[in-house]
Amino acid sequence: MGVELFYPEFEVVRNYDRCIACRVCERQCANEVHSLLESKGIMISDESKCVNCQRCVALCPTRALKIVKSNCTLRENANWQNDTIREIYKQAQSGGILLSSMGNPKPLPVYWDKILINASQVTNPPIDPLREPMETRVFLGKKPERVQRDETGALKCELPPQLELTMPIMFSAMSYGSLSYNAHASLARAAEKLGILYNTGEGGLHEDFLRYGKNTIVQVASGRFGVHEGYLRSGAAIEIKMGQGAKPGIGGHLPGTKIVGDVSRTRMIPEGTDAISPAPHHDIYSIEDLRQLVFSLKEATEYQKPVIVKVAAVHNIAAIASGIARSGADIIAIDGFRGGTGAAPTRIRDNVGIPIELALAAVDQRLRDEGIRNSISLVVGGSIRNASDVVKAIALGADAVYIATAGLIALGCHLCRTCQTGRCNWGIATQRPDLVRRLNPDIGCERLVNLLTAWQHEIMEMMGGMGINSIEALRGNRLMLRGIGLTGKELEILGIAHAGE
Amino acid sequence: MKRVYVNEQWCLGCHLCEYYCAFANSGLSDMATALKGTRIVPRIHVEGDNSVSFAVSCRHCKDPICMQSCIAGAIYREDGVVRIRKEKCVGCLTCILVCPYGSLTPDETGIAQKCELCLQNGSGAPACVRGCPNRAIVYEEREDAV
Repeated sequence: MGVELFYPEFEVVRNYDRCIACRVCERQCANEVHSLLESKGIMISDESKCVNCQRCVALCPTRALKIVKSNCTLRENANWQNDTIREIYKQAQSGGILLSSMGNPKPLPVYWDKILINASQVTNPPIDPLREPMETRVFLGKKPERVQRDETGALKCELPPQLELTMPIMFSAMSYGSLSYNAHASLARAAEKLGILYNTGEGGLHEDFLRYGKNTIVQVASGRFGVHEGYLRSGAAIEIKMGQGAKPGIGGHLPGTKIVGDVSRTRMIPEGTDAISPAPHHDIYSIEDLRQLVFSLKEATEYQKPVIVKVAAVHNIAAIASGIARSGADIIAIDGFRGGTGAAPTRIRDNVGIPIELALAAVDQRLRDEGIRNSISLVVGGSIRNASDVVKAIALGADAVYIATAGLIALGCHLCRTCQTGRCNWGIATQRPDLVRRLNPDIGCERLVNLLTAWQHEIMEMMGGMGINSIEALRGNRLMLRGIGLTGKELEILGIAHAGE
Repeated sequence: MKRVYVNEQWCLGCHLCEYYCAFANSGLSDMATALKGTRIVPRIHVEGDNSVSFAVSCRHCKDPICMQSCIAGAIYREDGVVRIRKEKCVGCLTCILVCPYGSLTPDETGIAQKCELCLQNGSGAPACVRGCPNRAIVYEEREDAV
């Protein structure tokens, strides 16, 4: 090893007055930061291995530990910041593409935080959700344009297939492979309890989870891993993944080390082989091609299941969405540039794509302008962080939202952003049996149910405040939103007025 | 009667239960003060390795062999809980010899000690259960008690 060019990013601060040398930090750190110095009976640490996942901090029974960002920095430079230099050192050493996990951490604008929600005062009464009925149920799928009658004048009541959700929130695609078995079990069980849906991602569906089919969206992505007729039939809906917010325009790569046992069987590929999802679907180069796949999938499932097309939010998203709406898809899912990932090239994650707020507003407006908004439902994801983000997304025009990072945080994720190493100390993004065991699905499911139950209460409170008692009446209701500190152009794209107007 | 049960599927082998047990029975209010620099003698023990591990503590048998074999009459049952009158124990450790679960241990002074479900030590409920980070140790009523 040559000279270590930079000082570790984090420091492990141990309060020796409190440390009882119980070694729980040592046993729980998959990165092997902590160890016992037997000769002196004290715990020591190698902070160069620390990823700041806070597992040791959380489990230390005497609160003897904390992890802090090192203040050993290079000379301040607004242009050549520490992280920039650190990345150059890394690449100079490795010659490789930089990899990162989870969502874009850069200080780019978060439009949710620049949008404010209305409330009723005096002239229109607010509604108390604890005393009066409040509806958060939504149905996703094509809606008929007009009332239709048969020859006898009777109403035609058949609708295209619909997904029913108790609240406008679903867990977005995270594959078995990128996530552990127990993380998937937690999501599946929580989706069933909550009356919402979770998404298999591109990893196929583990046979143990077939019984959650009513609450499962099965994904078909460019690698087509784990896709067979039974798989398509086992879910409530089928999602074609064209792109992902964290890495628009590129495919996926699950390293062979994670393709073990059940993961290999579920993906239907040999153990130890890399699972490489190509950047494009090799059979889709146009909306017409997409239409073929949409209808192949509908044909395979006897037109019983809605088909979702998921794309990343990119520059001409409105035109793309319009094409998707005409491809026969029932639902379009758009993933913004802050969406999470188990691994993505850092440069792509941090620089490609556009914010979901702008994409959503542009797509909703375009579909309305073209008179096709009712022919497709709109689901958005890419960093929906709390109930007010959900309310704002619905008011901007979404039918429902996808959440993933928020769900993982509920499961224990501390956003250390090193999923790609496969050594997740919280048992979420790993396949190592001793680490997977750390996530007890009983606890995981309970925490996910708690989180979304809380969000549902908050959504109802905010709706009540606006004097709205049904989520349907909030959808696309941009009059309920005002911008703060936004430019005229941003307000124009979002289709909202500035606060005070 | 509620007993402490361990689900080895969720046991992480972190050994925290041992430390929470030792702390609960130390009579002190601060864990660092109670356990720093001492070799703990807990009433629950984690066995196994990184692939399978589980915590062992008293099963509170309906017909406890330790009680039958105690030559000093120090072990008794109270509302189903198997307990030790420490002042009566002579330290012959026959109970340790006969317990099929390996649940008893000698304490710091050499007389027998065992899990008494934290009923008398101020913890209120079993400290191992409360301190388990993965709900591997539970305190519940089950039909199949031995």
